[in-house]
Amino acid sequence: MSSYNIIDHEYDVVVLGAGGSGLRAAVGLSEAGLKTACISKVFPTRSHTSAAQGGISAALGNMGEDDWRWHMYDTVKGADWLGDQDSIEYLCKEAPKAVLELEKYGVPFSRTDEGKIYQRPFGGMTKNYGNGIVQRTCAAADRTGHAILHTLYGQALKHNTEFFIEYFALDLLMKDGECKGLIAWNLNDGTIHRFRAHTVIIATGGYGKVYYSATSAHTCTGDGNAMVLRAGLPLQDMEFVQFHPTGIYGHGTLISEGVRGEGGYLVNSKGERFMERYAPNAKDLASRDVVSRSMSIEINEGRGVGKDQDHVHLHLSHLDKSVIENRLPGITEAARLFANVDVTKEPIPVVPTVHYNMGGIPTNYKAEVLTVNGSEKTVPGLMAIGEAACVSVHGANRLGSNSLIDLVVFGRAAAKRAAELIKPGAPHEEISETETQKCLDRFDKLRNAQGDNSTAELRLAMQKTMQSKCAVFRTEKNLEEGVNEIRKTYDGMDSISVKDRSLVFNTDLVETLEFDNLIRQAVTTVDSAYHRKESRGAHAREDYPNRDDKKFMQHTLAWCDGKDTKITYRPVHNSTLTNEVQYFPPQERVY
Amino acid sequence: MAQISLPKNSEVNKGKYFKDKTGSKNIRKVNVYRWDPSTEENPRIDTYEVDMDNCPSKVLDILNKIKNEIDPTLAYRRSCAHGVCGSCAMNMGGKNGLACTKPHAEIDGDIDIYPLPHLKVKRDLIGDLDGLYKQYQSIEPWLKNNSSKDTTEIFQSKQDRAKLDGAYECIMCACCSTSCPSYWWNGDKYLGPAVLLQAYRWIVDSRDDERKARLKKVADELKLYRCHTILNCTSACPKGLNPAKAIAEIKKMLATANV
Repeated sequence: MSSYNIIDHEYDVVVLGAGGSGLRAAVGLSEAGLKTACISKVFPTRSHTSAAQGGISAALGNMGEDDWRWHMYDTVKGADWLGDQDSIEYLCKEAPKAVLELEKYGVPFSRTDEGKIYQRPFGGMTKNYGNGIVQRTCAAADRTGHAILHTLYGQALKHNTEFFIEYFALDLLMKDGECKGLIAWNLNDGTIHRFRAHTVIIATGGYGKVYYSATSAHTCTGDGNAMVLRAGLPLQDMEFVQFHPTGIYGHGTLISEGVRGEGGYLVNSKGERFMERYAPNAKDLASRDVVSRSMSIEINEGRGVGKDQDHVHLHLSHLDKSVIENRLPGITEAARLFANVDVTKEPIPVVPTVHYNMGGIPTNYKAEVLTVNGSEKTVPGLMAIGEAACVSVHGANRLGSNSLIDLVVFGRAAAKRAAELIKPGAPHEEISETETQKCLDRFDKLRNAQGDNSTAELRLAMQKTMQSKCAVFRTEKNLEEGVNEIRKTYDGMDSISVKDRSLVFNTDLVETLEFDNLIRQAVTTVDSAYHRKESRGAHAREDYPNRDDKKFMQHTLAWCDGKDTKITYRPVHNSTLTNEVQYFPPQERVY
Repeated sequence: MAQISLPKNSEVNKGKYFKDKTGSKNIRKVNVYRWDPSTEENPRIDTYEVDMDNCPSKVLDILNKIKNEIDPTLAYRRSCAHGVCGSCAMNMGGKNGLACTKPHAEIDGDIDIYPLPHLKVKRDLIGDLDGLYKQYQSIEPWLKNNSSKDTTEIFQSKQDRAKLDGAYECIMCACCSTSCPSYWWNGDKYLGPAVLLQAYRWIVDSRDDERKARLKKVADELKLYRCHTILNCTSACPKGLNPAKAIAEIKKMLATANV
């Protein structure tokens, strides 16, 4: 049995993660008078929200007529009808309020001639239910995520939120199916901390790092998702992984969809604007899954550019110089640094790159975590928001600029719901030591691991498997190989090696714990993909090229205990939240 | 004569030498500062021979290669890997910068990698930025606007918004402040370029109603006027910002406005 000194804390609410959603929740909780701790493995402004570029969607109508119902239709269609329409209604209706609130917090949005928030066109965002392009994506140049994240951190400081920074969360504390808190390791001094809370809000972001080539940060390891799996709860729709059409070839750095929003376009080796063939109306502004598939087809059919013909070109040199300078300065810098390209003269080499996880912890529109035990139930004491959550508003494919709005709308919703449920200062229940012990045993075992396989080797094997077996196009054969191969890597953990035994900033151990988190999500992702025998949104099966609403108008739920998974389904919600809008029945999805 | 007593663990020793095992003909020596607080040992410089034939172009790629293939105990911060999160700020070849955007080809000879200068070290390349973060909080980095909470936005002209360009982009990596001699000597009192640039960002935001109070707050011999226009800050900024100019603007506003 491992023995560590434990430092105890009691809070009304613990928010795990300090990106856009975690900070927005923390601000709301502090405003509501709840004693709140916000725990993060990195300093808040280092969170991956900072990398969001193009903007945040909301039907403000600053650049022409707009309606939140149009936004809702676009989101439902973008999601390929896998989104829950009650949640999508909530998202789109609340979006304008949430953006105006950000503006009041001080976000330095770009402006129109009238001094209003500037909005740009984005993929899949249309007016009047698919009839023409609308400008709905609110932007702070091409650094919108950075601007929002820093502003929200300022707001959290204003409200004296208590931060626990560079603490790595290990596991949730569960009792009779309810969440009672969590345990975290303080990297600064090596101490172990137990946080009791009436509610834990998971805001740990996505898990892009299961793939080899991703726009995701090194820290995007879905730690909260894995904690949920270890707590015996399911993850939802994990097979839906978004490939962003424009990651810089060879490096993976994101080039915003805003480039195409401002008039940039993709070109193959024959110099053709090939998107005109795949999406005659929306062209380069079709939704991301469509554009990524089109690019992959062009490359597979031999029309890629470069020595190996394995990528395509993104042109923007025809754009007005002032547009590039004022609205796209960040990607100009990124293209220079990572592709050695001067965007005013040359195209950027790009390739579809893993970018976003539509799947995650199932929740309702109030951010309460769901499980299925006979019927749909909430898990008391547990909420999830942001990319970690699957509300599900993005369904099978997220529209660009719908993630930043997701962060703030549901961060706000979580705080509101917690304020309804929790009486500030209510006493905490005793929890048995066995939960704590179980968590520390896992920690101690990995800390003292003396095997032969380095974490870096296993991580690379996992990433290569996911990249080759669970990519843009999938087949039964490929996925089956993936299902088997990923388990071999999982077995490699039995003989994992950690060389660093210390407790202060032991990043060898951090990465090993992160790998333990990643591999469970890799297993659930590839298993979920194997079982979904249809094509929908980002999940494109060559052997099942059509959407099958009869069988699969359902969310995948995957439980995972080590490498054993259990897959079940729950129906997609087929009603809206209010009578202000009608349910959008499934249609064929063309752009 | 004055006696200067340095802490006993201030001397940096020669550390381990990791010889190349790949047989590569294209080797560079990389010297990295190491210190582990859980041992009683002095800091040391470990030297790694790194195979440059299989290493991408940035200093962070070298560190990742060392951590993944040679020595997993090396500790450094990193996250986004494309210059937006500010985690991997460090001193490379004698200059502060972000490891993820700094090409190693720009460094001649052996590559020396140290933590940001003049910070307490938490471990290896990880510096203690807690003091800087507290100073950031002290400038109250949030919008103060007294307009009633209605449902419309606060309008801002394009010209007023343009005043924030060059200020709001700061990623708080601390490359500037930790390159500033004034900040080295008076880091507890002088706010330093990173924090003053942020102070400036809120002072010039046309939506903010507390401009005068903000100016008054920084108008202090130590907080502001310890800037002696050395300009290391501007030379160090990996985002191409100009904190020195922002500080000069604040001084100018104080000299010309009736605060």
